[in-house]
Amino acid sequence: MTEPGKVLATFSVNGEPHEVAFAPHKTLLEVLREELNLTGTKHGCELGECGACTVQIGGTPVLSCLVLAVDAVGKEIRTVEGLANGPELSPLQHAFADLGAAQCGYCTPGVLMAADALLRDNQRPTRDEIKECLAGNLCRCTGYIKIFEAVELAAARCRGEQAEPRRESIHGS
Amino acid sequence: MVLDDPGVRSPQGRTDAPWRHDAKREDLQHIGKPIRKVDARSKVSGLTRFADDLSLPRMLHMKLLRSTVAHAEIVRIDTAKAAALPGVKGILTGRDMPIPFGILPVSQDEHALCPDRVRFVGDPVVAIAATEEEIAWNACRLVEVEYRELRTIGGVHEAAANPEPRLHDYGVRGNIHRLENLEFGDLADGFARAAHTREDTFFFEGNTHLPMEQHATLAHFDKDGKLTVWSSTQTPHYLHKALARVLHPLPAHHIRVVACPNGGGFGGKSDPFNHEIAAAKMSMLTGRPVKIALTREEVFFCHRGRHPVLMRSRIGVTKTGRITALDFHSFLDGGAYGSYGTASTFYTGALQTVTYAVENYHFRGARFFTNKAPCGPKRGHGTPQPRFALEVQLDKIACDLGLDPAQMRLDNLAPRDSLTANFLRIGSMGLGTCIEKVVAGSGWKQRRGKLGRQPNGKYRGLGLACSSYLSGAGLPIYWNGMPHSGVQLKLDRSGLVTAFCGSTDIGQGSDSVLGWIIGEVLGIDPLGIKVVTSDTDLTPVDLGSYSSRVTVMTGNAAMQAAERARDIVAAGVAAKLSVPAGRLVFADGRVFDSEEPQKGMTWQEAVCAAEARHGTIGTVGSYSPPPAAAKFRGGGVGPSPSYSYSAAVVEVEVDIETGVYTVPKVWMAHDIGRALNAAVAMGQIEGSVYMGLGEAMMEEMAYRDRVHKGNRIFVHKIPSLLEYKSPVTFDMPEVVTYVVEDPDKNGPFGAKEVGQGPLLPMMPAVANAIFDAVGVRVDEIPVSFEKVHAALLAKQAGKEARFGPDNGPEGIPAVDFGDSLKIKTPWQGGDGTAWNEPKREKKAAK
Ligand code: FES
Ligand code: FES
Repeated sequence: MTEPGKVLATFSVNGEPHEVAFAPHKTLLEVLREELNLTGTKHGCELGECGACTVQIGGTPVLSCLVLAVDAVGKEIRTVEGLANGPELSPLQHAFADLGAAQCGYCTPGVLMAADALLRDNQRPTRDEIKECLAGNLCRCTGYIKIFEAVELAAARCRGEQAEPRRESIHGS
Repeated sequence: MVLDDPGVRSPQGRTDAPWRHDAKREDLQHIGKPIRKVDARSKVSGLTRFADDLSLPRMLHMKLLRSTVAHAEIVRIDTAKAAALPGVKGILTGRDMPIPFGILPVSQDEHALCPDRVRFVGDPVVAIAATEEEIAWNACRLVEVEYRELRTIGGVHEAAANPEPRLHDYGVRGNIHRLENLEFGDLADGFARAAHTREDTFFFEGNTHLPMEQHATLAHFDKDGKLTVWSSTQTPHYLHKALARVLHPLPAHHIRVVACPNGGGFGGKSDPFNHEIAAAKMSMLTGRPVKIALTREEVFFCHRGRHPVLMRSRIGVTKTGRITALDFHSFLDGGAYGSYGTASTFYTGALQTVTYAVENYHFRGARFFTNKAPCGPKRGHGTPQPRFALEVQLDKIACDLGLDPAQMRLDNLAPRDSLTANFLRIGSMGLGTCIEKVVAGSGWKQRRGKLGRQPNGKYRGLGLACSSYLSGAGLPIYWNGMPHSGVQLKLDRSGLVTAFCGSTDIGQGSDSVLGWIIGEVLGIDPLGIKVVTSDTDLTPVDLGSYSSRVTVMTGNAAMQAAERARDIVAAGVAAKLSVPAGRLVFADGRVFDSEEPQKGMTWQEAVCAAEARHGTIGTVGSYSPPPAAAKFRGGGVGPSPSYSYSAAVVEVEVDIETGVYTVPKVWMAHDIGRALNAAVAMGQIEGSVYMGLGEAMMEEMAYRDRVHKGNRIFVHKIPSLLEYKSPVTFDMPEVVTYVVEDPDKNGPFGAKEVGQGPLLPMMPAVANAIFDAVGVRVDEIPVSFEKVHAALLAKQAGKEARFGPDNGPEGIPAVDFGDSLKIKTPWQGGDGTAWNEPKREKKAAK
């Protein structure tokens, strides 16, 4: 029996089905964090202004604070917890770790989910394409530069290049 | 004046160690390398547990009902309807927590919930905990609060003119919280010797930290009578003290504070907050865990960010631009409470002297109480505002005298290893190199003043500014004689080294600093070291992540603990191998004989050999900064083990029709002493450029002055991420960064701070670049487009080509600062005391 006022639905998150009972006005963000305990997805405003809550639905980045959970039922949801392949970090995650592109790390899950979607469609994104892709993700720590560089580094590695961070981006000019 | 240097590098440092501050880079295995942060993998995997990611069984959710009026007495609170709502489990009002608290001992003026008076829109009045967050919200709406409104005070002019109603019954008088008046040297003589003088008025609007993580707290008072508080705080030790004070008679040792990794702090999580204390009390009341997660709007209510500061600066210089006299006034709009405001006030006058020699200096600072969210420390704490004023004024001076602003600064640098007019002790000083780097990189000499109109019809210009910042405050915020930072090491038979330290990682990488330093001293992999931080039950006190203190202070404590562990292990290995301990080398996870490198053992074997000989191995390290040279009252704010230096050149492109401008490129050089980790240091510099740019161009914590039921009310203009403008990816310019290393003898491996300093020159450099491009001055931060436009219109109309606060006598509030404390400068033979200061009772150190 579902509690009165709640709906029972099955979500597919990171390739696994999850059955959840939730109030129908709950956002996807709330269901992920509070019902499924997938706290990797963050929130900075819950008003669609910061991008911290970005997840992918069907491969497309969306702001989970603006999506009603009922509207995500039956769709393939991917969160930061689903980025790594088992114990192995994805190339994007490795690049972020190498360059210190996650300082406090609070914006990072959202940034990663947006950038991951970009890299799937575009193996060789320009700096402007990266800026465009991440224009809705606020980061207060990094000044975005290490994030741009990490996306570029990951793209190069995904193309099979033996890429390492540029000297100036690590040691300065 | 050059000090006769006592020659010690740090109170505990050994001069024989291979990791002296000036060790050659190639002799260091881990320090300076771009190794990953110890928490890098969890941060990119969404596994870092921030405060709001925690939950406990039977946890309640708490919400605060906040004041809707700016200034009022609370006549009546009726919570009956709220209490009757199903799901509500606990209600608190100010009466339940009558003991006041505050971050500084001199301003214990806050309550967890306002008992009888509200002082700004957002002041918390009632706390309600319920089984669900929504129920708590709904219950708050059922509470009736009756207010008797009081006249509001909206800014420094108003506060100075209206002593009544007083916001607080302490402070100097009326609504003046603090007045400082310090005079170093002989101003009259300094101005008499000046070839040129100027007087300018500047205004720096307040702005806020805007960390991406909203504050959250989880409190659990368990059945054994022990309280645990997990919180997004930069200062767990100070929160611990505030909890112990307000929750009296709960013993301090029954309170445990765990600072979760902070999702950005920038100073915004360094006060003990009302919601933290209320959550703890609520857990004690209900016997259940209680969580509160603030909304973004509430984060704006917490604020304690950059003070709005009005400044008047009169400066006298020789014809080469040497400062013979500086007479500086600052007026701080403090908001509703004291917070760090006393320190902030002093900081508006402290660091002007550490970049360029200032021969005679008079500082007057006033802080006022107003009916707005309280102000306090934000990245740069109290120093960006006067730095803006000084650097823009120097640009004007250079213009007046026909000097190159860069060369003029180079010609007048404060000397290394010297004392300033206000008795700050400068050690290493790399500002000259910083200036040279950005001047060369930006093509300053060829391009400044010559860029002008571009093919696209816009105007380009270059601006330069410099700055300096502390590597940690020399004094703790409460008077005591104990160390500022402590580290404990545990060495285990498995080879594991665990470091315990009260420091708090707010994203700057302080957890990793422990790993890198200990790894270097012990010759083991830094990522193999286990770091346990910011848990008052487990970790020795570190004062917190503020004032850029952690790298130097925690770093030195970690180094001492590691050196002691190394000595113990060395003794064990020496006995086992029959080799003198002094010949042993610790590197690559091995301990071996330098003369016969194959003779040695693995780190794990070495630890076992030592444990067999000495018993269980644990060491401690602690750090206290060197004593300050300043001995006058107020001299406690400004001293630091070392000062970092930065220089920036900013390029702007201005549309002369609209005032809209962009910043295509920035050259930033920062003297960091030594970068402990190259990549992480770069990230701090780039992040500072970003945040400084936001302050320069757009960020402002502005208030709407509205009439509400016949009274004025101050409400935030912009309590959301959308309206509080901050730079997005497309706003970020290309940044050319120069990491200047001038190792400082007080720093671990010579390191100085990097987290705050490089923010400071951004704001004046932008303003100076606008002038270079289109010949107008904006003497006010932010240099927003409409201000540039207004200045351009003024120029066209043949008026003064300037936008800024009134330069006339009315421009600053009339305040009687009383008599100054008079202090002879070092070059007048001063000893750091004020010759007219009444004798002070010497407080006993606790
Ligand atoms: S939490 Fe969804 S955009 Fe900010
Ligand atoms: S890393 Fe802190 S907000 Fe982006």
